Amino acid sequence: MTRFRLGLVVNPVAGLGGRVGLKGSDGSHVQERARALGAVPHAADRARTALGELRSRGAEFELLTAGGPMGPGTGRVVFAPEGSTTSATDTAAAVRALREHGIDLLLFAGGDGTARDVHDALADSSADLPVLGVPTGVKMHSAVFAVHPRAAGEVVAAYVRGAGGVRLRRAEVMDRDEAALREGRVTARLHGWLTVPYVPARVQQRKTGGTVTDPESVAGIAAELAERAAALSPTPSSTPTPTPTAGGEAEAGGRPGAPLPEHPLLILGPGTTTRALAAALGVDVTPTGVNALSLQGSSATVVAPDATADELLALAGTAPTALIAVSPIGGQGFLLGRGNQQIGPELIRAVGAERIVVVCTESKLAALRGRPLLLDSGDDTVDAALAGYRPVLTGRRTTTMYRIAT
Amino acid sequence: MSARTGSEAEPTREDARIAEKPALRRFHQARWDEKLIFELGTPGERGVTVPAPEPEVVAAVGDPAAALPDALRRTAPPALPELGQQQVLRHYLRLSQQNLGADLNVDVGQGTCTMKYAPKVNDCFARDPRVAEVHPLQDASTVQGLLETVYRLEGLLKEIAGMDRVSLQPAAGSSAIWTNVAMIRAYFAARGESEQRDEIITSSFSHPSNAACAKTAGYRVVTLPPDADGYPDIEALRAAAGPRTAALLITNPEDTGIYNPRIEEFVRLVHEAGGLCAYDQANANGILGITRAREAGFDLCHFNLHKTFSTPHGCGGPGAGACGVTEELAPYLPRPTVEFDGERYRLESDRPQSVGSVRPFHGVVPNLVRAYAWIMSLGAEGLREAAEIAVLNNNYLLAKVREIQGVSVPYAEGRPRVEQVRYSWEKLHEDTGVHSEELGLRAADFGTHYWTSHHPYVVPEPMTLEPTESYSRADLDEYAAILAEVAREAYEEPEVVRTAPHRSTVHRAKEETLDSAATWAVTWRAYRRKILGVETAGDA
Repeated sequence: MTRFRLGLVVNPVAGLGGRVGLKGSDGSHVQERARALGAVPHAADRARTALGELRSRGAEFELLTAGGPMGPGTGRVVFAPEGSTTSATDTAAAVRALREHGIDLLLFAGGDGTARDVHDALADSSADLPVLGVPTGVKMHSAVFAVHPRAAGEVVAAYVRGAGGVRLRRAEVMDRDEAALREGRVTARLHGWLTVPYVPARVQQRKTGGTVTDPESVAGIAAELAERAAALSPTPSSTPTPTPTAGGEAEAGGRPGAPLPEHPLLILGPGTTTRALAAALGVDVTPTGVNALSLQGSSATVVAPDATADELLALAGTAPTALIAVSPIGGQGFLLGRGNQQIGPELIRAVGAERIVVVCTESKLAALRGRPLLLDSGDDTVDAALAGYRPVLTGRRTTTMYRIAT
Repeated sequence: MSARTGSEAEPTREDARIAEKPALRRFHQARWDEKLIFELGTPGERGVTVPAPEPEVVAAVGDPAAALPDALRRTAPPALPELGQQQVLRHYLRLSQQNLGADLNVDVGQGTCTMKYAPKVNDCFARDPRVAEVHPLQDASTVQGLLETVYRLEGLLKEIAGMDRVSLQPAAGSSAIWTNVAMIRAYFAARGESEQRDEIITSSFSHPSNAACAKTAGYRVVTLPPDADGYPDIEALRAAAGPRTAALLITNPEDTGIYNPRIEEFVRLVHEAGGLCAYDQANANGILGITRAREAGFDLCHFNLHKTFSTPHGCGGPGAGACGVTEELAPYLPRPTVEFDGERYRLESDRPQSVGSVRPFHGVVPNLVRAYAWIMSLGAEGLREAAEIAVLNNNYLLAKVREIQGVSVPYAEGRPRVEQVRYSWEKLHEDTGVHSEELGLRAADFGTHYWTSHHPYVVPEPMTLEPTESYSRADLDEYAAILAEVAREAYEEPEVVRTAPHRSTVHRAKEETLDSAATWAVTWRAYRRKILGVETAGDA
């Protein structure tokens, strides 16, 4: 049997800005300032902690790594950065070098920016290389990180052993515009997806003898959505007799003469939950985009894959009824305005705020640890209409009354 | 002790001294490598040989099987184990030695289960022929004493909860909750509101059976998450309560051990929305004689007799449940009820609005007898004292556990708990990588354990301890010392904890097999089919 080949790359400057209050470490200028303020790199230490945990669990593996500040100081070096300061280019080059050496899993120590660089370096590859982040950055909104360095070692150990059925799943890579953040604006966005090994140790330990598995609750949510869509009365914008209040400006969406679709429209925001929902309804959709589905009973067809805001608005105007299902994105719990800007204020007004269904599995909701779900649709009136306590659909016939904040 | 030769001196008192025991016992479990009972025995082996009936009996009765319809008649005898009495006794005693039962260990680690001592003397009453050998179809005139016991137990529980009527028919806690939901459904059906009121509200830290029973009965479930202090979020309740609300099913104190002081307000909000309120009293052990469901405004409540009232638990003996209701809900109680006309006790089945029977006949009668005996032995003041000691024990243990490195007590920082505490080992896990579940397993090497049934998993790395009034200060000190030792090991020798238990019969079970319908096997037949891949003879 060939030995497990573990690749490791360290972003030595990750996290540098955090301890000195710079909200991030992107760009050499910020890194210089951080060093001037007394920041000390700690990413390699945290990577060594993860490796220590991995070894203490008896995992057998061959370590391939980058050299100098980009590695832990042990293992076979397959890439050496030029010069003493490193950049995103070095991260990408190291990842590609490791991949070419045939690694089975890539461990990287860094933050959201590093996750983004790893994602981009792997983007041209057809094979899904499993990746796991050792959290060392300032911003870690991506879902690709273990909860702490030791947990990273634990997860990789379980994966190397292959025991216990370690699953792989697609997890979000998020990034925020740091320059905007320093100006007081939050502009996180969904950058893409990486394949990560998943050990549901944190929030999803088993109730003895219980069978609380996500696939079941996702199927329950799908059935619930189909049932709700079927029971809907026509959306305000497509009602033949104009309603005096909501949806006035969206009337334009109902193009006269266009044949009206017969079936309810289901607009699915991006995310793993909503993608699983689509699968439960019998269709495959891109997890990063917003997709419009036409519902027929308990199955669906895709009418607009990866739709734009304008396409969605037009569809909502012609469908007899419409429902929008959104799921929180990343670890921060954003419902709108992060990775799903296609679901904009105009569309929400056209469909009706009360027809936005928030869907989230119980484990994902529990992982928010009581923090509210967040809104940033770009329109304060729409945000206000959605804020407050709303039922979050968590499974078949079950909701949790959860706080949504702007 | 060294071996002595003949020339050595006579044994001294020092030689005769019993070796001192270590501070923490080095428990070691028996290992019998016992087969399943279906794999034991020999064809034809019997425990009891039933004598053949006398010819005149045969002549009078004929073939009793002839009365059975063909569809119910076996063509082949059942594939039962064939063993002698001693073989059966030995088999089960061996299995019991491979367990850590409530009578053996300081069983405070099964938080939410209320593992109190079930007095052995009460088993004598349950085994009395006047209880054990009566038939449920016997005429009421021949079981007056037993009916009186049930009637009087109803009276005691009415007093304890402040309710107008109590049914003792439910088989256990969840059965009682289901009965309450069935009564709620019947109540709204009678008012023509069943279609409108299709939602039941519960909270994250309520007894999980509330959500499960409501769903089983066809309701939609709305869950209230905890607020920052760990109380169910009252603002979420304001948003949830409305014309669709059939009822609020809530536990207080919740499974965190936190008592919700605004419970009256919760009840008022739901009543204002037109819904009913059912008090899940699975956690009543800390509030007996202190608060009552009635004074908080509830319309229904339930007790687990096997928790609060000391009868054995479902997994170690049959459970028993009780439902209490106000006069308004009384017509919907299960039937038959036990009634008394001043002279005779009778079973009343003529209850047209009843939800029917939730269990055949009259419930788990032996446990009703045990619960009655327990309550009568304590009296009203004794019940309150039991509750007070349970709370004292819990807060004593809390003070000791709080000192251990790596543990925290989420929610309601610094405030006392009622009868149990949901702790978190989050810090210890971050520091050492060791999980709560692994600590609980390592504790088994010292003769105790805790389990981690904590649905929903909102508290990371949870541990719920509930000491009840049964445990002595020495017991609690021992338990806390074991936890402290296991936590120390997690920091200093994590490998020892991770690979525990080391002194148990079975070191690790592959729990994934319990998660899949393809591999779980709760019967011998299922085991043969799913695991061994053979069809059992006589299945047809």
